[in-house]
Amino acid sequence: MSWTLRILYALLTLFIVMNVGLLLNGVTRKIYARVNRRVGIRFYQPYIDLVKNYSLTNLVTHGVMFYLGPIFRLTSGVGLILFIPLIYGSQGFSNFSFSGDAVLILYFLFFGTLGMALGSGESGQPHSAIGVARGLAQVTAAEIPLVLSFLSVFIQYQSLSITEIVGAQQSGILQWTFFTNPLAGVTALLAFLGSMMRSPFDVVLAPQEIPIGPPTEYHGAFLGVLQTNRAIFPVAKTILYVNLFFGGAASWPALIPKAFLLYMWSVVVGTVFPRYRVDQSIRWFLKVPLALGLLSIVCIHFC
Amino acid sequence: MRSNDDFLSKKIVPGVEGDEIEVDPIRDYYCDAVPQVSREYKRAYPSIIDRFKNWARSESIWILAYGSGCGAIEMRPLMTPKYDAYQYGIQWRPTPRQANLLMVSGYLSLKTLRIVIRAYEQMPSPKYVMGLGSCTINGGMYYDSYNTINRLDYYLPVDVYVAGCMPRPESLLDGLELLKKLIREGKGHGADIYAEKFEWYKANQKKILKSWNMPDYSW
Repeated sequence: MSWTLRILYALLTLFIVMNVGLLLNGVTRKIYARVNRRVGIRFYQPYIDLVKNYSLTNLVTHGVMFYLGPIFRLTSGVGLILFIPLIYGSQGFSNFSFSGDAVLILYFLFFGTLGMALGSGESGQPHSAIGVARGLAQVTAAEIPLVLSFLSVFIQYQSLSITEIVGAQQSGILQWTFFTNPLAGVTALLAFLGSMMRSPFDVVLAPQEIPIGPPTEYHGAFLGVLQTNRAIFPVAKTILYVNLFFGGAASWPALIPKAFLLYMWSVVVGTVFPRYRVDQSIRWFLKVPLALGLLSIVCIHFC
Repeated sequence: MRSNDDFLSKKIVPGVEGDEIEVDPIRDYYCDAVPQVSREYKRAYPSIIDRFKNWARSESIWILAYGSGCGAIEMRPLMTPKYDAYQYGIQWRPTPRQANLLMVSGYLSLKTLRIVIRAYEQMPSPKYVMGLGSCTINGGMYYDSYNTINRLDYYLPVDVYVAGCMPRPESLLDGLELLKKLIREGKGHGADIYAEKFEWYKANQKKILKSWNMPDYSW
């Protein structure tokens, strides 16, 4: 396959994922509102917000890192989606996945938060600094069970290639990693909640706590870039989970319901459970999910 | 209160490693460039892209959730199930950097006027101001108070007034609809008017705020 075609497919993937992400954001907020007995925003409101934010003036310059923060954040989402095979067996929608891509993807999962920490740290706003400190603490706590469950999967298949891992799960539902390695699957589902920026783990961005946390100083197009990433990143992450734990997808009709149901898992939990404080959420991640993650590695090694 | 010179003059601050850092508050903490009139404002007729942008701006109004007077309590019902304003594209943001609409909810004491001016200047343009209640129009029941301002539009460019003491949430929603209509028609140019008549607004502000201990323009 020629490089031009691959780049075109990559752009198409990005376009699809961004639109799906924006729509899901709108629908999710609608669901939250309906549960609260409100009418809620229009489901296409995220699009309007995005256009409006890009059409505002950029006021302040705080330095180079302030500019790079949102770009790093967007890079993590875009990088994640470009190195995940979207459709198993499709040459075009395998994008740039290669053997050993799982290591790169683990890096991309954390990269955005670090970039954001540097960027909002330079804004000089105390609320940003507090927000980022909370965010890093919480993401790190969620990352430990996440990486443990991923390691368990890598050990199980003796492979660091996501395409190979998907290929090994193709012979039936019972061959999905979630059923062959249930401990890792449950750990990963619990860790999944930690980085979806939804309740109960959304104290970092919650407007009611300290004014909005890390992006306090970000406005206009900077905020637009962050919003774009907020659409892309959760969908990319969901597709990664579908690939690793739920048998991947050989076609679009298989991918869409799987990814949608997995995405809704975080929405349902977010609608039902109230918000944790940062210390509570760190304790929560370091109890049951951490124990399950360690157990899954022990099991996969000795059983 | 410290004087202006004291607050904004250069000073030596001890660093972490025992070294000394010179801080120039005007340049290090604030941006002192005066606001400029936008290109959109100078155009005789709005282009198609301007119209599209104006439509997006009108359908996505983010309010700075900052209550200066008793009218702030009339804003809260707009977030609740009864008058859910989110369905009209109106949302609340906790920081002036991300807000488009400054809702001045009722009387402004001199102390809050100072904060309101700074918050307004930190918002990215195009930005809008809405005055709630008769206090912002002519002082209302505080017309002869020694400590509150009477007319808001001497100090900030107001787009829409909502009359009443206090206006009900319904009239607030009506005011927001009017603001949306003005923005769609390309009349939401408060920030440009502020830039155009900057000296007049600053003179008014300094006349009433006797101890002016901030830079002239603080983004």
